[in-house]
Amino acid sequence: MELKLSREDAAFRDEVRTFIAENYPPEMHVPNPETDLTKEQSLLWHRILYKKGWIAPLWPKEYGGPGWSVTQRFIFEQETSRAGTLPPLAFSVTMVGPVIYTFGNEAQKQKFLPQILSGEDWWCQGYSEPGSGSDLATVRTKAVRNGDHYIVNGHKTWTTLAQHADWIFCLVRTDPSAKPQSGISFLLIDMKSPGVTVRPIITIDGSHEVNDVFLENVRVPVENLVGEENKGWTYAKFLLGNERTSMAGIGRSTRYISKLKQIVKSEIPADDPAHLEFLRDIARIELDVLALEATELRVVAQMARGIDPGPAASLFKIRGTEIFQDITELTHRAIGNYGLAIREHPVSANRFMPGPEYGHTASEKYLNARKLSIYGGSNEIQRNIIAKAVLGL
Amino acid sequence: MDIQFTEEQELLRSSVQRLLRDQYDFEARRKIVASEEGFSRTQWGAFAELGLLAAPLSEGAGGLGGGPLSTMIIMHEFGRHLVVEPFVETVVLAGGLIEHVGTTEQQQAFVPGIIDGSRIWALAWAEKSSRFDFANVTTRARRDGSDYVLTGAKTMVIAAPWADNLIVSARTSGDGRDRSGVSLFVVDRRATGLDLQSFKTIDGRRAAEIGLREVRGQLLGREGEGVAALEACRDRAIGALCAETVGAIGELNSATLDYSKTRKQFGTTIGSFQVLQHRMVDMFIAHQEALSLMQHLSLSLGTGDAGLSRLASGAKSKVGYAGKFVADQAVQLHGGMGMTDELNVGHYFKRISSVNIQFGDPAFHVLRYAQLDAAA
Repeated sequence: MELKLSREDAAFRDEVRTFIAENYPPEMHVPNPETDLTKEQSLLWHRILYKKGWIAPLWPKEYGGPGWSVTQRFIFEQETSRAGTLPPLAFSVTMVGPVIYTFGNEAQKQKFLPQILSGEDWWCQGYSEPGSGSDLATVRTKAVRNGDHYIVNGHKTWTTLAQHADWIFCLVRTDPSAKPQSGISFLLIDMKSPGVTVRPIITIDGSHEVNDVFLENVRVPVENLVGEENKGWTYAKFLLGNERTSMAGIGRSTRYISKLKQIVKSEIPADDPAHLEFLRDIARIELDVLALEATELRVVAQMARGIDPGPAASLFKIRGTEIFQDITELTHRAIGNYGLAIREHPVSANRFMPGPEYGHTASEKYLNARKLSIYGGSNEIQRNIIAKAVLGL
Repeated sequence: MDIQFTEEQELLRSSVQRLLRDQYDFEARRKIVASEEGFSRTQWGAFAELGLLAAPLSEGAGGLGGGPLSTMIIMHEFGRHLVVEPFVETVVLAGGLIEHVGTTEQQQAFVPGIIDGSRIWALAWAEKSSRFDFANVTTRARRDGSDYVLTGAKTMVIAAPWADNLIVSARTSGDGRDRSGVSLFVVDRRATGLDLQSFKTIDGRRAAEIGLREVRGQLLGREGEGVAALEACRDRAIGALCAETVGAIGELNSATLDYSKTRKQFGTTIGSFQVLQHRMVDMFIAHQEALSLMQHLSLSLGTGDAGLSRLASGAKSKVGYAGKFVADQAVQLHGGMGMTDELNVGHYFKRISSVNIQFGDPAFHVLRYAQLDAAA
């Protein structure tokens, strides 16, 4: 499905497509880009996009954005995701960057924005805590003012790729006596500061994506406070809105469906009744994707006319993640007995993987995809948002 | 239809429970899985000493004659503790085949080693293209004197890296997916010409791909009747796997319920949210249904009812879907914690996922259930 594109937009789409085809680094084509790339490798594409001036589609031109229309941004997103490119550092570019140029001061903009764009600084997100998952407003990490520093103590968790990070943006409590939402501040912390410890969390697929981050008497200069003290909740919500817009994942689902079709074709003989069952199940998922894509296009068209999409992001998050879980489950089922094996990771340490190569990542993807309905605001929370904000319940 | 355990069965259950409670908690299990071999010979010895490895086998074959109900009791507890040792492979699959189709000499030769824990067995039936079809066999066996010689390749043989003996299906006649012409053979795992590539399974066990080049084996059961023997063997295995799944479901439900009563968000326990209450009610119902059907199957396995194989497929499907639902929701309700290797919840999830693949997934078995009805 395509948007009805103007001649200029169609030319733009072709330009993006050609650029990806000619410039995406071959060494980034690995079985599972999310877990198999080194820090350096995963930055290659980021740097290429930076040089081209395409690294931050969302950003205003004055801060280094390309100055694209809503439609162009959508086209870019669609093309990069259809091609299966690894997105540039999302916590840096999509999340903390916009907070800094929207709420930060001049000095912060000059210090941080160029390094975010170039990929020189890798950012991670210090939001969740052991006691604050869905209920983020209860964060307990404390920042106490002491002269021209804050002294920070606390425990952040589920911190994605903190092992690579140079900086962490944190929600910290600066006013313990205020209502939960009112006493929070948004603080930027150098990961090299004394007192910052990163502990890996291994997940059920055996990979190391997330971490605990412990902050013990970490001294943070006051100039690293973004915006006003105790207004952090406003900035945090602004950021979470950005996090959820891209979760429909149409391009990714489309790619995985075509791979799944290949697997079914090779694994299950056409005269096996299971073959027809798989075709039907795949068709149902394709229709889910088609309907979600049509919804996305409808929202994009409305946004281009200046209409606020409201909590559409929650709908995309719910359906996008459920669809992808369905695809990974079906793929895992399609490889039959080989679904019992799992590839080399810290926990399983398989040096040998049985079965055809197209099945080698099916188990880990199936297990890893369970996180999708939990992170970024669980799907239960997203449903609450729609119930309240759309249905008025 | 509620099972009233006999005194003997109660004793079996409480002794397995005691053993696992004392020696097989989650941390002990983690160490076993991480060890070089990936399973514990000490535990295996303890199982033998307790009589577990003899429990289901008939007295005629040298066992204790506890039948499918003793398998059910043992596997239910093993499911609760995520036991990795190859009880199903050695006792239920191999022991069962030897008991049901082996000659008296073979029973006398093989059963004592199973019972005393000195020999571990694995069943090699799957091949690259077989999916869940026992008849889809390309490995060949040709007669050579009083023995046979096997050539081919087997895949996904759970417990093979630990095994001393394998039971291998191979074609003695016919082609492609002919049901007749498949026979079973006992092979020494260390035999000349047998090549083994090990790997870990998603639930922390060990399995292997096996290459056979002119490997000597002895026939088990009648020539050409391997598929029927494997089908009956699968029915018994399904009884064991369903009991294991139900044990895992029970643990997941109680862990989730506990968590929902202690985990606080938005100023209250998450268990006070109606949407999660209903989810946990559905998990409870799934457990009850799975438990009932699993017991029904175990009783039928004991009496050898007509339509047994159809019931086994029905149970594999229903219990499998129940397990999948409960495992998904248990991870979801535990939030990020459910995704960690550290918590046991994810390990139950993986065990259930693994059991669901073994001998055919729930979708395969619901179709078989329908087909056997149409054929009747």
